[in-house]
Amino acid sequence: MRLRAMRYVARKVVLFLITLWAAITLNFILPRLMPGSPVDAALAKLASSGQPITNAERTAVEIQLGVPHTSLLTQYWDYWISIVHLNFGSSYSFPSETVAQTIGKAAPWTLALVGATTIIAFVIGTLLGVYAGWRRGKAADTSVTLGATFFAAFPPFWLGLLLLYVFAFKYGWFPIKGGYAPGETPNLSLSFLGDALYHSLIPALTLGITSLSGWVFGMRNNMINTLGEDYVTFAEANGLRTRTVALLYAARNALLPNVTAFGLSLGAIVGGSVLVEGVFSYPGLGNLLYIAVSNHDFPLMQALFLFITVSMLIAIFIVDLLYVRLDPRVRQ
Amino acid sequence: MSIVTAVPPPETPGAEVEIRIGPARPMPGPMRFLGRALRTLWSNRKARIGLVILALFIFMAAFAPLIAPHSPTATTFEPYQNPSATNWFGTTGSGQDVFSQMIFGARISLLVGIAAGAMATLLAVTIGLIAGYRPGVIDEGLSFVTNLALVIPGLPLMFILAAYLQSRSVWTIVLVVAFTSWATGARVIRSQASTLRTREFVTSAVFSGEGLFRVVFREILPNMTSLVAGSFFSAATAAVMAEASLEFLGLGDPNTVSWGTILYFAQQQNSLLTGQWVLVFAPGLALALLAMSFTLVNFGVDALSNPRLREK
Amino acid sequence: MALMEAREVNVVYVPSSGQRIWSVRDVDLVLEQGEFVGLVGESGCGKSTLGYALTRMLRPPARLEKGVIRFDGVDIGTLGGEELRRQRRNGFALVLQSGMNALNPVRNVEHHFGDILKAHARAGERYPAAAVRRRGAELLGKVGLDAAVLGRFPHELSGGMRQRVSIALALTLEPRMIIFDEPTTALDVIVQKAVIKTIKDLQGENGFTAILISHDLGVVLEATDRVMVMYAGRVVEDQPSKDLVGGLHHPYTEALLRCYADPRADEIHLEGIPGTPPDLSLPQRGCSFAPRCPLVQEICRQVDPPLAPMGHGVAACHVRAPSAAVAREG
Repeated sequence: MRLRAMRYVARKVVLFLITLWAAITLNFILPRLMPGSPVDAALAKLASSGQPITNAERTAVEIQLGVPHTSLLTQYWDYWISIVHLNFGSSYSFPSETVAQTIGKAAPWTLALVGATTIIAFVIGTLLGVYAGWRRGKAADTSVTLGATFFAAFPPFWLGLLLLYVFAFKYGWFPIKGGYAPGETPNLSLSFLGDALYHSLIPALTLGITSLSGWVFGMRNNMINTLGEDYVTFAEANGLRTRTVALLYAARNALLPNVTAFGLSLGAIVGGSVLVEGVFSYPGLGNLLYIAVSNHDFPLMQALFLFITVSMLIAIFIVDLLYVRLDPRVRQ
Repeated sequence: MSIVTAVPPPETPGAEVEIRIGPARPMPGPMRFLGRALRTLWSNRKARIGLVILALFIFMAAFAPLIAPHSPTATTFEPYQNPSATNWFGTTGSGQDVFSQMIFGARISLLVGIAAGAMATLLAVTIGLIAGYRPGVIDEGLSFVTNLALVIPGLPLMFILAAYLQSRSVWTIVLVVAFTSWATGARVIRSQASTLRTREFVTSAVFSGEGLFRVVFREILPNMTSLVAGSFFSAATAAVMAEASLEFLGLGDPNTVSWGTILYFAQQQNSLLTGQWVLVFAPGLALALLAMSFTLVNFGVDALSNPRLREK
Repeated sequence: MALMEAREVNVVYVPSSGQRIWSVRDVDLVLEQGEFVGLVGESGCGKSTLGYALTRMLRPPARLEKGVIRFDGVDIGTLGGEELRRQRRNGFALVLQSGMNALNPVRNVEHHFGDILKAHARAGERYPAAAVRRRGAELLGKVGLDAAVLGRFPHELSGGMRQRVSIALALTLEPRMIIFDEPTTALDVIVQKAVIKTIKDLQGENGFTAILISHDLGVVLEATDRVMVMYAGRVVEDQPSKDLVGGLHHPYTEALLRCYADPRADEIHLEGIPGTPPDLSLPQRGCSFAPRCPLVQEICRQVDPPLAPMGHGVAACHVRAPSAAVAREG
């Protein structure tokens, strides 16, 4: 059995590597396909930022966006080298640091916010979906479904604005913007972490509520389908306790398609975080993308896109590995 | 499609019986089909509400010039005004009537939603059908492309594409949205098509010499209508949200009047802080309602294809 | 006292779109301890529905509209949720149609046994892994399976093996009655014979009452002591199994028997039964089989025949088993 699991894992690893290669290549092609020579625009903007550009910086930007008068193949090779060295050039939104540094500072914020919220929303949403599916048609189901439909329709940034207005502006219970109190420098002290948590509650609530509904629906549908299966009937015929049947027989099987969907939904969650972070000026990757896009900061955009895509691929890969543990049938 | 012996029992048992094999009923024409689908949707309570809301929005968009009291772009009013008798929702920073903007805004949101949704669904159906029906290299290749499109985060890609592209018309947005959201539908359709491919009625159709197009369009596709419809409504919902998001971030065309641009200007002018909360509340609510109507109709479509989900 | 007594069982399906379908109509059933009864009929005749009704496993939109079902004297319709659940131990058990999907795909066989043992553990009974494995191996042995099966998952077992595991799981409950719903339908002929033999041997050894539901008359005749034939929701014949070959029977039974050919005969006559079963959403008038019956008479179309004595059993046919009550009225 171990051997079969290994074969599944091996296949997934190969798939991961190929997709990774494809994504990085896509990132390479994109700016070179776009009309209006992004590389010239980027260099011009860098020049106008007042800081002197070293040759190394110029080269780095060109490698990312397109070196004139050089063959594509050479550019491709140089591109890969620069990625391995994490050299993405300088951003002109943050001229004093390299793009890699900018991203490095923002990443932990997004990881904490999006990561924690996503997992919590998934767990709560799935449990609610199990509950609604099990009690299908009764009051519990209707209220959960209606609630989820209602909240699912909210554009995330709108919900963010509303919550901001009510809780931060009108009542002043929560801060209006930022990831931490202005004037503070990020550190790992307990007081800072507490402050950070305080600042992240509303963004987390916003993200959580909108993504929760998706899980509720998916799980509910899966539960309803699973409840019609023969093994649930047989379990009841054998007098198993209700809780055992609901959780170990129905929910455990209904969970499987949801886990697959979870992996794929990470893209949407990242997208949602862009909007939410933009509204709250939360110093994460989403906010960074917002700034980059608003300023036409192409080097930063490219690097961000690469970082986000690679992170997602890794996350999906981890979910795929988790799936092997959950479903014995794929270990064939 | 079922194969039945549509034969009444003979008068005298044991007599010779002629058995004919064929479709239970001839395929209904497209109009009858649509009528029957609408009637079934209507019977589902959730879908009914969704259809009503959607119809209201369509009405609003179609008759906007007649319903709106003023022109949405005319800057004739006092800017930054709160709701008043002349301007039910107040005015924008440039002195435009917000209420009229809301009415006309429905046009853009509906247009983008339906157009992008349709385009994405068309892409999804084409790729999904081909991949599902032709196993082997074609399937592997198309599936790989689909998976790639799935894992690449859609919204960030959309932002970047919109940032790169110089033209900012609504049609650019439609194209960008359609291009980044076809993958989910394609995956679902491909798996359904490949299941149907091995079913007997398809095999018998192929054996009786039906050409490729006929098999795909007359045998397989009709059995997937609810799946395709569901895919369309999901894509439309996503498209409406995406358009609003793009406008909100300033990546759209600031000259068009859409619910997203109202929100964009509201954010730029900090309308929440200046007390003009209607500018934030109204377009967001409208977006939420439109998205919800698509979702509700999708409930009905889900129930069409999966009898277990039908309401009791 | 009979182990199971069911009177006037009526089951109706109420789908969301209108028409109610009466799938079991006025069925009476008495089973003694240790009997092995077969329930036979074509698809849609109501036999599976009846089986589910007798074990209180009916699910919406099916409903027991009328009738009292007593198991060991207790009206099972009055049992509450927890009481009913506990009744499943040492009471009545149900083995599902061909057992293909009856096992939880994500749990292995040992866990299946464990779940049942723990669900019905009496006060003081503990079931650590070793105890589960011991009992599981013992039960698997009874159905002819090796203890190694315990570690397997359902998708790693063949159809026949899964069916046997289902039977072993039902035996865990030490039931006094087991209903086998189409246990061999999805299996090939050779495995069918092995499974039926297993069931028959088990029934002989353990003495539980058994109902074997099948559309395959041959399988039923081989294994059972007594056969009940159902048509359109009614029991139309009830005879000892050995009396069923040869002799006169209800016209439907005769038609069923004619559907089987002896492969060793010189000449083979295969006959189907012309026509289709009645639409059970419409009220039935007279005998339901009348439109397809070669012996049909006028009274058949007017009066629904009651079960009247015929041979060593009963049948519902005006022609073959004329009822004294009907004759009096006519």
